[in-house]
Amino acid sequence: MSQRTVYLDNNATTQVAPEVLEEMLPFFSELYGNPSSMHAFGGQVGHSIDEARARVAAGLGCEPGEILFNACGTEGDNTAIHSALSAQPDKRHIITTRVEHPAVLTVAQKLEKRGYDVTYLGVDEHGRLDLDELRDSLRDDTALVSVMYANNEVGNVYPLPEIAQIVKERGALLHTDAVQAVGKISIDLAKLPVDFLALSGHKLHAPKGVGALFVRRGTRFRPFLLGGHQERGRRAGTENTAGIVALGKAMELATSHIEEENTRVKALRDRLEKGLMSAIPDTRLNGDPEHRLPNTANISFKYVEGEAILLLMDRLGICASSGSACTSGSLEPSHVLRAMGVPFTFAHGSIRFSLSRYNTDADVDLVLAEMPAIIKRLREISPFRNGDGPELPPCTC
Amino acid sequence: MWEYTDKVKEYFLEPKNVGSIDDANAVGEVGSLACGDALKLFLKIEDGVITDAKFQTFGCASAIASSSALTELLKGKTIDEAQKITNKDIADFLGGLPKEKMHCSVMGQEALEAAIKNYYGEKVEKVELEGELVCHCFGVTDELIRRAIRENDLKTVEDVTNFTKAGGGCGDCVPRIQELLDEVRGQAHTEAPAEKKPLTNIQRMQLVMQVIDEEIRPSLRKDKGDIELVDITGTVVQVALRGACTNCPASQLTLTDFVQKTLRELVDPDIVVKEVSA
Ligand code: FES
Repeated sequence: MSQRTVYLDNNATTQVAPEVLEEMLPFFSELYGNPSSMHAFGGQVGHSIDEARARVAAGLGCEPGEILFNACGTEGDNTAIHSALSAQPDKRHIITTRVEHPAVLTVAQKLEKRGYDVTYLGVDEHGRLDLDELRDSLRDDTALVSVMYANNEVGNVYPLPEIAQIVKERGALLHTDAVQAVGKISIDLAKLPVDFLALSGHKLHAPKGVGALFVRRGTRFRPFLLGGHQERGRRAGTENTAGIVALGKAMELATSHIEEENTRVKALRDRLEKGLMSAIPDTRLNGDPEHRLPNTANISFKYVEGEAILLLMDRLGICASSGSACTSGSLEPSHVLRAMGVPFTFAHGSIRFSLSRYNTDADVDLVLAEMPAIIKRLREISPFRNGDGPELPPCTC
Repeated sequence: MWEYTDKVKEYFLEPKNVGSIDDANAVGEVGSLACGDALKLFLKIEDGVITDAKFQTFGCASAIASSSALTELLKGKTIDEAQKITNKDIADFLGGLPKEKMHCSVMGQEALEAAIKNYYGEKVEKVELEGELVCHCFGVTDELIRRAIRENDLKTVEDVTNFTKAGGGCGDCVPRIQELLDEVRGQAHTEAPAEKKPLTNIQRMQLVMQVIDEEIRPSLRKDKGDIELVDITGTVVQVALRGACTNCPASQLTLTDFVQKTLRELVDPDIVVKEVSA
């Protein structure tokens, strides 16, 4: 009954690295002190937090004092946006993109209701931004530009260095949701003039429930959580000590594996992608073929529906995810695929494979061996298997 | 992950009656590739009995399971019995569906209706259901929404979206869905305590006969036509047209419309009129 799990859903969450687990465990048992306490028992935990902060800073090329620990990427995104706006009350304009994570998009929509002006930058059919559109959208009252570093669904990596240059020329603040990028591609904040950057531990082999926000030194900051002096008054609440220690270790590991991520993991991804697309007709690669995370492949299979594919894969122990409407309980495919104008006929059958350094050749072999039969089977049930059948024009909403 | 019942999983993983029937005499097709689900239902009807049923489905696990369940429910049933199958029966057969997935069962009911229409369509003029297109994103008419509200006792726009998909796209149609909800539920509320209780079958039949005799036939006769009541099954009223009407194809649609509209107004808003040759 014990079936091997082939985990290809690393953009959703990752396995905690064994080295990370080992380092965090003592903080659940003997090292339970409160880092804020006066006694040495708590104080030693405080030292471990300092060490973790230094490790995270080293991984990003910033100073330890610029790192705030928090609970997750979503908290980082929310905090950065609210801080940027409340520090500049006279500026009422925000620029973001149509392909952001809901942690940014939902906040932007809410701010719109409160009277802010929001520009949502569009993307082309490969999910690429038009930097001229960004240039033209910037105004004197633009408080903040928020552009993700890498997209979670299709893996596109956005040109943050160019974006930063454009934004800085106009004096607006720049936040980047780098939840998917950190650990997969190298980021050097010493050279990248963003003001805020959010990251999440569980996307880079630390546990869920811990994240960090980079706030560049000199950037005016308004805390989101109040009620304690922790994180030098910038984020109240007793620290998730075990999680923070884990994040420090995970960051150190990620930095040492970044080369492998961009060679071996990328090669696995490429083999998976090419293999599937050549073995199965009527497929389509979603995203920017050139500027993409090394671990992500988003492929659409026409005439079949994503949830059905996932469930058949699940029976074989293969984990992935889908941008189809049915998986989310909404009735339309993901907002990212829609923003890219992926035809609905393809979007409903999109599957995201996201790898990590724990994947092996055997994993890819299994998927390449099983996937064609899964798609064939569902296409045999489908009334569109011959490519005919009624096609409504896609909804334009 | 969805909470599917074992029955749903079984009918998704090992669906029964997949495929097409070459000599099917009733085929119903609903949905589209763009909408994310579609169902093509094939029936073989002999002497008024469904002797075979097969399906092809594009969609998620519950869409495939619902289609397969429908074909199982249909086999061996008479047309009259089949017409009584509702989306609820399909969902019940599967031990229930997550509420966000109820539209899969509604799609089954729609395909069945389309197939039966197609079956009658071979013998007589096609009977078109009147209906205003409410949701453009998913091609849902007011008739379908009204019926879903009534048959499943839907209370909110979200319910309607779960059952019919209407409102799940751009949201432009949400105000109209709310109106339909108010209208249908308002009716149910304000009329129930008044004298208008839901009609029993016998009451409905008597009323239909009375209205045809007193209201419909006299106005048809003015145009040298006539109408004969052939059968009443539930809310489906089968009629045959006589005299001048039979030879006037242009009048078929308007005539059915007229009869249906009158019966809906005076007897029961659910009534569907079908023409058969006498
Ligand atoms: S018209 Fe109904 S959701 Fe768009």
